Amino acid sequence: MKLKKLRKISRRNAMLLIAGFTGTAIFPSISFAQSSQALDRINEITKGLGATESDIYFDLPDIAENGNQVKVTFEIDSPMTESDHIKTVYILADGNPSPNVAKFSFTPEMGSCSAATRMRLSKTQNVYLLAENNNGQFLMTNAKVKVTIGGCGG
Amino acid sequence: MSSIKPRVKVPKEVSIDEIIEIKTLIRHPMHSGRMKDAKGQTIPRQIINSFSAKFNGKEVFQMDLEPSISTNPFIVFQYKAKESGTFDFEWKDDNGEKYYISKEMIVS
Repeated sequence: MKLKKLRKISRRNAMLLIAGFTGTAIFPSISFAQSSQALDRINEITKGLGATESDIYFDLPDIAENGNQVKVTFEIDSPMTESDHIKTVYILADGNPSPNVAKFSFTPEMGSCSAATRMRLSKTQNVYLLAENNNGQFLMTNAKVKVTIGGCGG
Repeated sequence: MSSIKPRVKVPKEVSIDEIIEIKTLIRHPMHSGRMKDAKGQTIPRQIINSFSAKFNGKEVFQMDLEPSISTNPFIVFQYKAKESGTFDFEWKDDNGEKYYISKEMIVS
């Protein structure tokens, strides 16, 4: 039965179908790039100054089988002295219901700017790290995580 | 909510200027306010929204947690040991409760 139905698709319809698929495959990615809630949030935090892309150790799995428990580790190279240290680090997620994930406040007493936690990811997305040093300069980096099973419920 | 017990791992004896790793874990469901129970009712949001670590009374690390943090929040951070003392860790719940734990550290 199914086979017979399949054969009924005419050449014209098949072409339309292919066009439709490629269309949906291309356009969501464009709209996604234009309205990134994480980048909007970065703009908000930096008050429009923006952040410089920087070489930060930001470890996330390439593929997360379970979006409920995704380990995120970062380490920022900083002397962590009174005059030169990282003050705040934000973790922002693009595809979660809300971009905010965590905000870490560091002090020079810690000796190094490194931390780890576990986060939820609802779907495949980019995760951003934004760091502010004591002089008010911002650094950022990002990582893409492929999520097999989403972890935000509902 | 007495079932919520935090766990912290701090090295007991360390040498001076050593950077130590502190691991913390607290049992908490972290209801994000989006999940549904077996009856299809939305579970209201209840999360740990803040964590802080004090050493000898001075705050050295603080973290704001959002609903995107996993169940049983696990936090690791580092600290440069300079003198012996006590760490006080504090977790704040959405319902206003606070959970505490203290750990001693000896610097030799």
